[in-house]
Amino acid sequence: MALQAIAFYLLAATTVVAGLAVISAKNPVHSVLFLITAFFSAAGLFVLLGAEFLAMILVVVYVGAVAVLFLFVVMMLDVDFAALRQGSVRYLPIGAMVAGLLTVEMILVAVSVAHNGAAAGSTGPTPTGSVTNAEAIGRVLYTDYAYFFQIAGLVLLVAMIGAIVLTLKHRVGVKRQDVGRQTARTPASGMRIVTIKSGEGIDE
Amino acid sequence: MTIGLDHYLTVAAILFTIGVLGIFVNRRNVIVILMSIELILLAVNINLVSFSVFLHDVVGQIYALFVLTVAAAEAAVGLAILVTFFRWRGGIGVDDASVMRG
Repeated sequence: MALQAIAFYLLAATTVVAGLAVISAKNPVHSVLFLITAFFSAAGLFVLLGAEFLAMILVVVYVGAVAVLFLFVVMMLDVDFAALRQGSVRYLPIGAMVAGLLTVEMILVAVSVAHNGAAAGSTGPTPTGSVTNAEAIGRVLYTDYAYFFQIAGLVLLVAMIGAIVLTLKHRVGVKRQDVGRQTARTPASGMRIVTIKSGEGIDE
Repeated sequence: MTIGLDHYLTVAAILFTIGVLGIFVNRRNVIVILMSIELILLAVNINLVSFSVFLHDVVGQIYALFVLTVAAAEAAVGLAILVTFFRWRGGIGVDDASVMRG
């Protein structure tokens, strides 16, 4: 149990420190790297909770796709980030005040819920026997929530098409292959047989 | 000492407020705002998963999976809009996005 507590505090501290670094780093590339750290340690928290499947999904989807997407965009755009940071300190006092208040309130609610709510007498993450976490999720996801699963796929498809449509740029003056014209070409339209008299050459 | 539900909820609450604070202090940088939103969604996911585990109900993890899906879609479309906006205005400051006079 002590080992679990040590792991929890280590992962939780890493998550929180990385989260703070995300919003306070001067260079957005560092922000993205700290975001990756935060996601990794959150995945560790999920493993500690016994939700291995979601932990792996978090690493694959967030670190593998979303964070790399962020990294691409940050590195691709030539933006003067120093200029964007000007005047940000002005909102720090009121922001910190609101954030502090929000944290205290939410922690109070969380502790109260944990001790008096529906999960009050829970024994916590217990091994579920023969059924693994991924199997338990699969049993529910592909039966009761099959339609929701399909809709989630649709959301991703729409997002993909939307991202492509938004960033697609049609440049003029670029030579492109026209497959239709290529395959519609016949010998009659493509070539012409000319009989040339000797010593005269050909016009055109 | 045992790690209970309140510990996980506290981490999620702190992470959530860090995300909100990030929107406050980086209010001119759209990229960092998007990253703050990702942090907020991560905090929500931690909440969902810890409740799911402590209530012994796997549906919470399914919901977290859908939140993850929507977050990925949101990041993709948000960054695409950002790239388009950058091409159009030559910058990504939030203050530049005032053409609609909103």
